[in-house]
Amino acid sequence: MIHRYKLGGMNIVLDVNTGAVHAVDDVAYDLIGLYEERGRDDAVDAIYEKYKDDGVTRDDVAECYDEVTSLKDSGSLFTPDTFEPMAGELKARTSGVVKALCLHVAHTCNLNCEYCFASQGKFHGERALMSFETGKAALDFLVANSGTRRNLEVDFFGGEPLMNFDVVKRLVEYARSIEKEAGKNFRFTLTTNGVLIDDDVIDFANRECSNVVLSLDGRREVHDRFRVDYAGNGSFDKIVPKFQRLVEARGGRNYYMRGTFTHLNPDFLKDIETMLDLGFNELSMEPVVCAEGDPYALTADDMPIIFEQYEKLAELMIKRRREGRPFTFYHYMIDLSGGPCIYKRISGCGSGTEYMAVTPWGDLYPCHQFVGEEKFRLGDVWHGVTNKEIQGDFASCNVYAREECRDCWARLYCSGGCAANAYHATGSVKGVYKYGCELFRKRMECAIMAEVSRKFGDEP
Amino acid sequence: MKHIKTVETRNLCESAKNGGCGECQTSCQSACKTSCGIANQKCENEQKESK
Repeated sequence: MIHRYKLGGMNIVLDVNTGAVHAVDDVAYDLIGLYEERGRDDAVDAIYEKYKDDGVTRDDVAECYDEVTSLKDSGSLFTPDTFEPMAGELKARTSGVVKALCLHVAHTCNLNCEYCFASQGKFHGERALMSFETGKAALDFLVANSGTRRNLEVDFFGGEPLMNFDVVKRLVEYARSIEKEAGKNFRFTLTTNGVLIDDDVIDFANRECSNVVLSLDGRREVHDRFRVDYAGNGSFDKIVPKFQRLVEARGGRNYYMRGTFTHLNPDFLKDIETMLDLGFNELSMEPVVCAEGDPYALTADDMPIIFEQYEKLAELMIKRRREGRPFTFYHYMIDLSGGPCIYKRISGCGSGTEYMAVTPWGDLYPCHQFVGEEKFRLGDVWHGVTNKEIQGDFASCNVYAREECRDCWARLYCSGGCAANAYHATGSVKGVYKYGCELFRKRMECAIMAEVSRKFGDEP
Repeated sequence: MKHIKTVETRNLCESAKNGGCGECQTSCQSACKTSCGIANQKCENEQKESK
């Protein structure tokens, strides 16, 4: 299976099953499109007819045909899918252990953002803070169930995790005290709205956290439309200087400035430009997650605008890289030569198997987006996973579990998509969130184009 | 080749041989938190196949 597309002045051909990426000229682009439908002479004649007035000879086209054949014979074009029979086995190899927890240390928040998928941090339940004892039990559960995995990830999440900062600090101290003997390496991350950032938080985050995720939606008026306190005051002016201090103190690295765009600002490139103007260079901008019909939910009419924004974002990234002012965009980070193996690409995000969320009460859920959906409760940190049936549903999620993915060229880049998005869109974790797929495919086309440009465009 | 330039990529079929160590980052942990994409994950396998 191949995927061909034109973007950024380039013709790109992907071989889906090997991951091979080719930049081709117009003749090769059209010839590859005909290659499997026509015989050699027919295909060469058709392409020669199309390009003969441009100075292309029949010998040129025939030579191009032989190049395509050579790539096919060497296994980097039109490669068949040989992974499906072993998909279950591949996933099983990565499913037996827990290696990451999302610790909901605070089911409460000091902002009141209407669009929050966590319903202002409460996850449709009561406000609560996680106790140290519960968090400690969660860390013990993680270590005990992590098998031979050395790197363990713990994200402090909420709500707003800094509303329970003392417990966060004590949990890190506890983890550091046990990791060496357990043969583990904890990687902590913190996701915060920034309101409570102070020097103590900055010192802690820069000493202990391998990454921090900072919530900023971009332009002041966009950010302050949703990200308000309980008195209705926007938070932009309060948090931006704090984010700038934190990012400067960590040397401008290992953070994401993460925004959300909605139906009300599908022109989100302006928000990314605002982030850049504020001095932030490690960026993420995500489509809102909400119920269909919400006034800010993305609609079909938004799609062309968003696609154009993604293309312009890729162009901006290339331009600034050439100018020596690079920035990163989470979804455009792609390591073609050293990216994930086929196991990872088939298995997906690991929700419910190697990744779980822990509520303030110690309950386990398949991921942070399922918290509050009682039927998805897996168990708790003291007794482990007891709801094996639900866990089985997640364990059997792989890239071949969804019929729609079989014909999708992007399946080994997304690995079947987000189970929570699928559930909220279709009622099944093995469903497909159509808008999400469309956006993902567009982002991957842009990401690969930007990387091909870097490889062949004499860029740093 | 005259008409086709190939980018150096990791061969996914080859990666089946020594892959699956599981040390890489969980996909959306500490990043987007609302969608799944694995292409931007870094491989942390110390036994990765040589190119």
